[in-house]
Amino acid sequence: MAEKTNPQEGTPSKNPARRWHDDPARRWHDNPARRWHDMGGDDAGPVPTDQHDFSLWEKRVDALMIIGSAKGYFTVDGLRRVLEDMGEDAFETMTYYERWIASVNQNLIEGGAYTTAELAAKMDDVARRGLTYGDAAGAP
Amino acid sequence: MPHDHHDSLSPSGHPYRADDDTPLSYWQTMEIAVRELLVEKGITSPEEIASQINTMDARSPANGAQVVARAWTDPDFHAALMQDASAATRDMGFDIGPLKLIAVENTAHEHNIIVCTLCSCYPRNLLGLPPDWYKSRAYRSRTVRDPRGVLAEFGVTLPDTTRVRVHDSTADMRYIVIPARPSGTDGMSVDELAKLVTRDSMIGTGVARQP
Amino acid sequence: MMQKVRVKPLMPPGHVRTPHYLRGKAGVIERSLGAFPNPEDLAYGHDAPALPLHRVRFRMGDIWGPDTPNPDDTLDAEIYDHWLEPADDAP
Repeated sequence: MAEKTNPQEGTPSKNPARRWHDDPARRWHDNPARRWHDMGGDDAGPVPTDQHDFSLWEKRVDALMIIGSAKGYFTVDGLRRVLEDMGEDAFETMTYYERWIASVNQNLIEGGAYTTAELAAKMDDVARRGLTYGDAAGAP
Repeated sequence: MPHDHHDSLSPSGHPYRADDDTPLSYWQTMEIAVRELLVEKGITSPEEIASQINTMDARSPANGAQVVARAWTDPDFHAALMQDASAATRDMGFDIGPLKLIAVENTAHEHNIIVCTLCSCYPRNLLGLPPDWYKSRAYRSRTVRDPRGVLAEFGVTLPDTTRVRVHDSTADMRYIVIPARPSGTDGMSVDELAKLVTRDSMIGTGVARQP
Repeated sequence: MMQKVRVKPLMPPGHVRTPHYLRGKAGVIERSLGAFPNPEDLAYGHDAPALPLHRVRFRMGDIWGPDTPNPDDTLDAEIYDHWLEPADDAP
């Protein structure tokens, strides 16, 4: 039977006894436990030079992160864990503070600050207030 | 009904980047909802959030520049800083919270550069929030393998006789580079010297300005 | 004398703070930093025992191979004690 080019469900990996670090060619690209955030040593293009000023909503995310952590609802490693679990797609498609509010929120739910149902109702309420951040956020 | 809400001003008196007039995003909706829920539950208050934003806004590279300039001019402080940078910085009066800081020093023969490959750890409680490039894939990926190539992109070219020391902030410590004191600065005051200390020079992607 | 250590070449899933590119690599302990709660436990909201944390210094040539330019440049990283093993056989 011809060798399959794509691994199929249930087909064991070749050379299962071989350890990942024995093979330099596999070391960087084929390791299922090396995740997207662990990027030290990868090839990449030039370091980008553009800089944006932080907006109010981003500063609020930052503040919520510090306050939630200081009050014991989560740790920075809990925040990192959720970010890492989001996967590479989130890193490419979401901004830094979009990822962080998603992680802060998940950690707050896990930490018992509020429930998913409460969040759902509140987000629905917020979305009905207006079409822009300013309208929905109300007075600063 | 008129929409007469005003942009709030940062402590420096400048408006925050306008975000009131772009369409409300899902994640902005979540931020508003999370913040309001935390206030309703009594976990935080609008005042506490505003205070935290002001605290972060007050942190900037200018703080680090004061630390560096003093290290250049005060041998006892320099020794204390290299021994325990957190304590030395707090003793100068900076509110750095729980920051655990290590100072690494550039010399004629050594150049230090800071990165966080796993996320974007940064001495934010002293220097403020990191620049966008510090959080980029390119900087995080390449700095540990090709630091001299990254440095060259920032305009820093080092001879092979200079040892490059990269520091990957993988755990609980944060780092500040003490750049080499520029030549021709004898007799300058601490405040004058601090103006020569750039943010990038304290990350290691730059050097201090020549006067 | 500097203590030689090797980063264990382990590959668990989940949240760890030992970068992949250093696993299996040998270096020396530049300084020990005291004990810190294990981030692998903190990440899941568990009580985290404090573990010794070390700054380990690696030669670039020992990380990236002998052909790397400027192999005597160094990389320092903080590695928790349970990820390190003695490496007296290292050069």
